[in-house]
Amino acid sequence: MQIALEAKNLIKQYPGVLAVNDVSFAVREGICFGLLGPNGAGKTTTVEIMEGVTPASSGEVWYYGAPAGKRFREEAGIQFQNTALQDFITVGETLQMFRSLYDRKADIAHVIEQCSLGDLLDRDNRKLSGGQRQRLLLAVALVNKPRLVFLDEPTTGLDPQARRNFWDLVKNIRAEGTTVILTTHYMEEAEILCDEIAIMDSGKILTQGSPVDLLKQHYKNTIIELPIDAFAGDLRDLEHRVLETQGIIEIETNNVNDSLRKLAAVSTELNHMKIRQPNLEDLFLDLTGHSLRA
Amino acid sequence: MLKRIYAIFRARNLEFFRDRGTLSWNIILPVALMFGLSFIFSSDRPEYTVGVLQQATSIDKSGHPFLASRYIDFVAVQDLEAGLHRVARHQLDLLVDFGAAPRYWVNPDSPKGYFVEFALLQADSAAGKQMTKSQVEGDAVRYVDWVLPGILGMNVMFSSLFGVGYVVVRYRKNGFLKRLRATPLRAIEFVIAQVSSRLLLILTITSFVYAGTRFFLHTRMDGSHLVLLTVLLAGSISMISLGLLVAARVTSEELAGGLLNMVTWPMMMLSGVWFSLEAATPWIQNLAAVFPLTHMLDAARAVMLDGAGFTEIMPQIGMLAGMSVVFLGLGAVTFRWHPR
Repeated sequence: MQIALEAKNLIKQYPGVLAVNDVSFAVREGICFGLLGPNGAGKTTTVEIMEGVTPASSGEVWYYGAPAGKRFREEAGIQFQNTALQDFITVGETLQMFRSLYDRKADIAHVIEQCSLGDLLDRDNRKLSGGQRQRLLLAVALVNKPRLVFLDEPTTGLDPQARRNFWDLVKNIRAEGTTVILTTHYMEEAEILCDEIAIMDSGKILTQGSPVDLLKQHYKNTIIELPIDAFAGDLRDLEHRVLETQGIIEIETNNVNDSLRKLAAVSTELNHMKIRQPNLEDLFLDLTGHSLRA
Repeated sequence: MLKRIYAIFRARNLEFFRDRGTLSWNIILPVALMFGLSFIFSSDRPEYTVGVLQQATSIDKSGHPFLASRYIDFVAVQDLEAGLHRVARHQLDLLVDFGAAPRYWVNPDSPKGYFVEFALLQADSAAGKQMTKSQVEGDAVRYVDWVLPGILGMNVMFSSLFGVGYVVVRYRKNGFLKRLRATPLRAIEFVIAQVSSRLLLILTITSFVYAGTRFFLHTRMDGSHLVLLTVLLAGSISMISLGLLVAARVTSEELAGGLLNMVTWPMMMLSGVWFSLEAATPWIQNLAAVFPLTHMLDAARAVMLDGAGFTEIMPQIGMLAGMSVVFLGLGAVTFRWHPR
């Protein structure tokens, strides 16, 4: 599979702030690539440099083996984190206007159906709900039948149902062979949608790979979660790695049976216990020492 | 390229015409001003106005018995040509020169001139002097005729500067410009679309207001509509370009509003919208020459009131074209798609 987009040693220096610090990664054609990190990690700046809307202080972006230029603008679709649309313009007119800006054009009926906008075509942009608006912005990103789509925190602010609907849309786009570059701070979103991820913090990439591989690489254990007030004994007696956070203790163990026996032996109430595998949130916490949503 | 320009042009037009509040305001303001002024100046002022040709700015009432006449407003006129022009336009009922060779000029078609001349000759006879009479030909120009180009020009100015400058800053602030930046649209295409869209809106609204005042107030038009259209186009393009220059980098609507006010208010006060600058001091006249509105109004009045053709208004059109090139060039060089 060839490389669709490649960041080469990107640096973005604002006065007093190094927002992007020598970031390099490559995105293979046809995958969904997730750039994860908390607010302020530098992921939006990185993506905007790759989109060509923010100049890098140094470094290069390559698109299919050449510096990104006119062809990239024609073939890329972009959904920004915050984009205002023109007032007094309908959904249908917005789509037509953006479609007219490209030589490469998608079948507009397909885009409308794909993003479920059929009933909204005559509606003023100002009168759209959050979910409808995100679907329109995604449709705007698809009007040029892009080979590569950037989605910058597309589900921030959406309710759980709208978020899940949006995930289905992204899966459909991905299934049609379009490369997707997604930035998010929702771990569940990244685990469901992304084939590969890169975790960023303080302007640097901390680790990169497929979610499954990264979790396998960093974790061999299972996590037991308990309300802290249910635990009666001394944490040090468990002989496992224990983390205490927000009223919950997390016990990392490679032998669940043994750990449960030890917990029962110190009269621990197990009714509210959870047993789970480590996830990307755990990975991020371990790598950076702070939560993704901090 | 043309398709992209047309797409942005069309969307901007739809946005404007569907915004009923803004549209109404753009039409109601100049119409209301015209009718208000027409009402205020519908009845002639009770006093007569006589120009006194002299260099001093104050009138010495003891210089001649006529200067002591009641109900006559005496104004000092320094320039003979300007004074004669005002007599021809009935803006002065009489022009007198009490110098070494006393003389006066009157418009034979002016009823008020007839009576003021009568009063002058009586006072002169009482003083035992003999003044030479000269006649000046010309039709009356009502204030409403004189002020119409000013009001149309002022509307063009506000529409150009706020309609383009403010909108571009709003687009930049809310990220719409950034979204366009991510498409193949080029800055020059965006600028051309904005200029064309605003030009169409200005032409539509100005034509509507102009036709309304012509129909209801029978305003004067001595020249060609084609020449007037050229003046309107040249003036509008230069002021739209100025709006784009002001908005080239600004990211705050508050700052944009302040800057636009800073540009529009001096133009409104010093470009001759409400009153003539002929009697203004030279430094004010020089300052006014910096503003595109001054040249637009000079040319529009020359066409509408004096029937000037393309040749006569070339200096003003040249100035407006030059200003447009400078404003657009600076605007393009400094243009920023999104806030840093």
